[in-house]
Parts: sequence; C-alpha cells; structure tokens
Amino acid sequence: MAKTIDARGLSCPQPVLMTLDGIKAGNDDELIVLVDSDASKENVSRAATSKGWTLAGISEESGVYRIAIRKG
Amino acid sequence: MGKMKNIFAGSWGIIGVGIGIGILAPLLQKLGNPGNMGICVACFERDIAGALGLHRADVVQYIRPEIIGFVLGSLLAAYLFKEFRPRLGSAPIVRFFLGVFAMIGALVFLGCPWRAALRLAGGDGNAILGLLGLVFGVWIGTLFLKGGYNLGRTQKTHTAAGWMLPLLMAGLLGLLFVFPPIAGEAKSGVLFYSLKGPGSMHAPLFISLGVGLLIGFLAQRSRFCTMGAIRDFVLFRQTHLLSGFVALIVTAWIVNFLLGQFKPGFEGQPVAHTMQLWNFLGMALSGLAFCLAGGCPGRQLFLSGEGDGDAAVFVMGMIVGAGIAHNFGLASSPAGVGPYGIPALIIGFGVCLFIGFTMRQKIA
Repeated sequence: MAKTIDARGLSCPQPVLMTLDGIKAGNDDELIVLVDSDASKENVSRAATSKGWTLAGISEESGVYRIAIRKG
Repeated sequence: MGKMKNIFAGSWGIIGVGIGIGILAPLLQKLGNPGNMGICVACFERDIAGALGLHRADVVQYIRPEIIGFVLGSLLAAYLFKEFRPRLGSAPIVRFFLGVFAMIGALVFLGCPWRAALRLAGGDGNAILGLLGLVFGVWIGTLFLKGGYNLGRTQKTHTAAGWMLPLLMAGLLGLLFVFPPIAGEAKSGVLFYSLKGPGSMHAPLFISLGVGLLIGFLAQRSRFCTMGAIRDFVLFRQTHLLSGFVALIVTAWIVNFLLGQFKPGFEGQPVAHTMQLWNFLGMALSGLAFCLAGGCPGRQLFLSGEGDGDAAVFVMGMIVGAGIAHNFGLASSPAGVGPYGIPALIIGFGVCLFIGFTMRQKIA
C-alpha cells in the first residue's frame, strides 16, 4: 500500500514541500497525496512531474483530491 | 469528475495573464490612475482606508473599484469553475498582524510587489531596490518554510462565512454609488474624497471596476502571485509563477514605452522616494510578511474571493495597517520616510521573525 501524505487544509507551498519530502525520502515508488484545493492539486502535480515522477491518477471525493504519483 | 481542464494552469496560461495585466495596468494610468500605479494593491487598500476615514491623509482617499473587482472577479470564477471553498481557521489573528506589517512595509517603500513591478516598468530606478528587498524578504521566509514553519490547517466553514469579504466589497461598491464624488467637495455622505494627490487621480469608475473584475477572474484561474513567483523559484527552482510576473514587467515596460509613460531615472519619480536603504527594507518586510502568509496582496484578495476566510483576515489586516501607517506617521511620502517609519520597520521585522521562529508546530 502506497504511503499517504495528508495535506488537506494546508495551503501552498506546504503540500508541495510535503510531497517533495516524500519523494526525497526515497523509500517509496508510489505516493498518495491528499489535498483540498485545485491550486494545491495543480502545484503538487507540477512538482511531482518536474521531479520525473508520473501522475498515476487523480480522483475527487467530497472536495478532497487524491493524487497518486509514481516514480519514473 | 466532469470538470474541464484548467487552461490557465499551464505555462502559457500564467504568461498570458501576466501579459494581460501588463497591458491593462499602464492603460489605467493613461486613463487617470496615478503614475506607475495602474494597479497597486497596497496603495489602493490604503486609499480605501482613507475613504472610510480610518486615516485622514487627505491625498489618499478613494474607494478603489479595482480592489472590489479583484475579489468579485475571483468569486465569479470560483463559482463558475466550482472552486468556491469556504474555509478558515489557519491562525487568523497571526495573519491579521502579518497583513498589518505587510502594509506598513509597503507604505515605507510606497508600493506593493505589483507596483514595484510597474514602477520598474515605468523607468523608476528606485523600484530596483524595492524588488531586491522583496526577494530578500521572501528568501528569509523560505528559510522558515524549510524549517517547518506553518500556520496550521484550515477547516471547512459555512458558505456565508466565505462570502464575508466579497460582501464587504459589494458594500463598498454600494457606498461608491450612493455617495459619488462631488466636484470640489472633500466629503460625500460617509465617504472621504481627495481633492489633490494620488487619491484624486483615478480612471473612470466602470473601467476600473471592469479591469478589476477581469484581472480577478483571470488571476483566480491562473493562481497569479507575485510573492509565489519568487518563493517557488527560491524554494524549488520552479519558474511557473515567475514567468507570469516577468511577463507582466516586460509587457508593462513595452506598453509604457508605446504610451510615452516610460521615464527612466531615480529623482522625481511619481509617488516614490530615493532613500534606497528604506526602499529595500520596506519591501523586504512586506515580502517576508507575504511569504509567511502564503501570498502577495493580490493573491490574498483572489483567495478571499474563493472563500478563504484567512486570506480575508489578512486583507483586513492590511486595511487596518494602512490606517495605522498614516495616523502614526509610518508611511513614506515623496519627501522620504515618515517620522516613525524606521522604528515601525524594526518592530515589524521583530514581529515577523517571532512568528517565523515560533510557529513551526508539527502538522498532525
């Protein structure tokens, strides 16, 4: 099961910082990031792809985005 | 999900918005706004504070329709694209004081980051020091961010709570219609008006409002932020927001040139002073406060339009800060810094550093 980073209720740059920390830690090949604003969704997606990760999928449930990102 | 992709989230989206603002702001100057002040969020909120009598500096009093437009345009975009999310609770009182000191810093420099860019684009060399100060202040802020600084999570709230600042703006617009300026009169009903100085210079109401609405709409879609432009580059080497900010400066420079508004130099620039250390440190304090609060003054207005009550508290802090700055002689004038501007800057840095060092609670 992929590690989940809960960035709900936090505004940028926090969700991006948390995502990059997760990527930098190097323990996981897949991460799930939870955010609750469209700006955070875009920023996290942009940051992950700029680190060479791919977007595996984004789903939304009651205002919370679940962003799955994968290494490589 | 059924939501269309946000075309403004891409590189060309943010650059396009920067170009749009770069065209519109100098045009507002041509149509009546003060020199190199087509748009200045800090100055315009200060003018609103003056119009309401929160300070009595009689040259800076006007309910600026651009500010109203920024919030209501963003509100419109947020509703149209299903992004209106009423939320608050991320240390609002701290955000209030960050707003107060962001305004004080901006009024020592005489402009917010938006105006710093427009001043540079108009040939005002003093703006270089302001922009360097802005970078310095934001850089200090990023050190805190790297060290774990954060103001905590927001909570969802009532829709009506998210409407508070948009309603205030609608109310201000209402006041402007009920008590319009009367030629030669410094007061109309409850509103104060300037008979001279920057507060007396403004583009026609509907043009100002229309431009404000358009920019508010576009900036909500693109997340345009002048502080974020610098922060993201310093923190992540990411140039997304920066490309929009640079596009604004370059476009405004070209448009100023075409309109005959480009006048290079340091002396005699409109609503500016040449005390470079204080230009630098004023904007540095502002930049630090904006960084700790997560957005430039424009972005705080756009976020308020999306229902962010914490951003709305920051805006209120800026408006109150403007009252304090002019009542207590903290604001600069073209003659130089105000009598108490320098101690206020020192106190402002002290407060911001205190906030930055102490608020690094671990996110649960």
